[in-house]
Amino acid sequence: MLIDWFTVIAQAVNFLILVWLLKRLLYQPILEALDARERRIAAELADANAKKMEAEKERHVFQQKNDEFDLQRAELLRKAVDEARAERGRLIAAARQDAQELRAKWERALKLEYHNLSQAIARQTCAEVFAIARRVLADLANTTLEAHMVEAFIKRLRKLGHEEKVQLTSAVRMPALVTSVAAGDEKLVPGIMVRSVFELSAAQQSMIESVLKEILGGEVPFEVPVRFAAKPDLISGIEVVMNGYKLAWHVADYLASMEKEIEEVLKTHFQPESESELKSQAEDKA
Amino acid sequence: MHLSPDDLIFWQYGFLKLNATILYTWGLMLILAAGSKIVTRRLSIGLERAHGQNLLEIVIIATYKHIEDVGLRQPRRYLSFVGTLFLFIAIASLFTIIPGYAPPTGSLSTTAALALCVFFAVPLYGIKEQGLARYLRSYLEPMPIMLPFNIIGEFSRTLALAVRLFGNMMSGTMILAILLAITPFIFPVILSALGLLTGMVQAYIFSILATVYIAAATNSARPDSMRPNRSSLQENVAKADKPALEREK
Repeated sequence: MLIDWFTVIAQAVNFLILVWLLKRLLYQPILEALDARERRIAAELADANAKKMEAEKERHVFQQKNDEFDLQRAELLRKAVDEARAERGRLIAAARQDAQELRAKWERALKLEYHNLSQAIARQTCAEVFAIARRVLADLANTTLEAHMVEAFIKRLRKLGHEEKVQLTSAVRMPALVTSVAAGDEKLVPGIMVRSVFELSAAQQSMIESVLKEILGGEVPFEVPVRFAAKPDLISGIEVVMNGYKLAWHVADYLASMEKEIEEVLKTHFQPESESELKSQAEDKA
Repeated sequence: MHLSPDDLIFWQYGFLKLNATILYTWGLMLILAAGSKIVTRRLSIGLERAHGQNLLEIVIIATYKHIEDVGLRQPRRYLSFVGTLFLFIAIASLFTIIPGYAPPTGSLSTTAALALCVFFAVPLYGIKEQGLARYLRSYLEPMPIMLPFNIIGEFSRTLALAVRLFGNMMSGTMILAILLAITPFIFPVILSALGLLTGMVQAYIFSILATVYIAAATNSARPDSMRPNRSSLQENVAKADKPALEREK
């Protein structure tokens, strides 16, 4: 018979023992290991998820901070741009003010230079005018003119004021010394010296001498010798010199007095402005 | 030549005897138990693990999945029984490559013992899952007249289990022996390889059939959600019809 019942029972028992053995030695440990691994993987996944969440949160925070930083940077940039614009405006205003001051200074300097130049031109013009006038008068000087001049001189003598007469008289009473012009040398010699461009004629000399005596002789005895001399520098005119006192009439004197008046006019016209200009320039340099 | 390893008796004392079937079975038990002990001595729960652990994990997980796929709700409860059936038959077949070895599954006594184990395990699991009354009632389904056929079915399928495994294993061994006598060189090797494949297939068939039988016995214990949801369908139809009925009123 193919079936041995003892073997059947023995094999059934063997199989049940094997089931128990494998359950104890194989299935339980392996299943426990699988469970442990699953738990571990689940824990790791949970941990990874937690870390991912945390990383996401941190990323969010970082993103937020980054956005805030961008905003702050934009704000700072805007402020810097505003400040730069304000500074630029301030610098431009300062540069404009400096430029205006420089321009004003330059204009003042130019004005001053213009005034100086005008003054110099005026002086030069005056000098030229006077030189031309002197030359013209010198060219025109002749005996006829000399006669007219003698007449004018005599008129002048006659029209002397009281103070002038007193001064003339006191000069005559002093030790008689007159300036003598001989061969270009001037030296003090006694007497009254009458000087003219040309040699006066005898009639003219006696006319002048008589007029002098007439003016001075009324109060004092006229014993002072009267000398006549020619002086081409006078251009045209006559002068009386005694003891340092000089009484003259000639064109050169007119010209000199005119020149002196023009000088005064120029001084009064230019002096205050030029002085203030010089003062302001000195302050600028300081 | 012995038709069955039962015939090779090493020791006998009356009814008691020690034949090749029992001896080889002990050998297989020893190898399986010792191998399991060696492998599970240092189990790793990390991703790095030994080859033996890996192999056993693959086998156990595959068995687990099969049990689950058949429809058993708690595969762990049946894993020891079904897994041991598979491993025992598979290892018994695998060792046929060792000369002089006769697989215990080539004995009708062994296959009958295994089939008897299944025969008793099925009602035990069924009663444990759904209670004695519900289990016994299952023999009256779909109608009471089916009771004798169901009982016959229980016995016939147990017989079929035993004979199928025995026939396959015994035939493989017999054919190999016959071919060794006729063409001793190439064909025995090819048929030995074929026998290995047959053994593995039979191990799979035996264990999966045992699982199916257990699943059939415990089927009524499955939750409603796992069945075709006839009642919920009826409820939905009722809900859909209700407004229409109200409109008619």
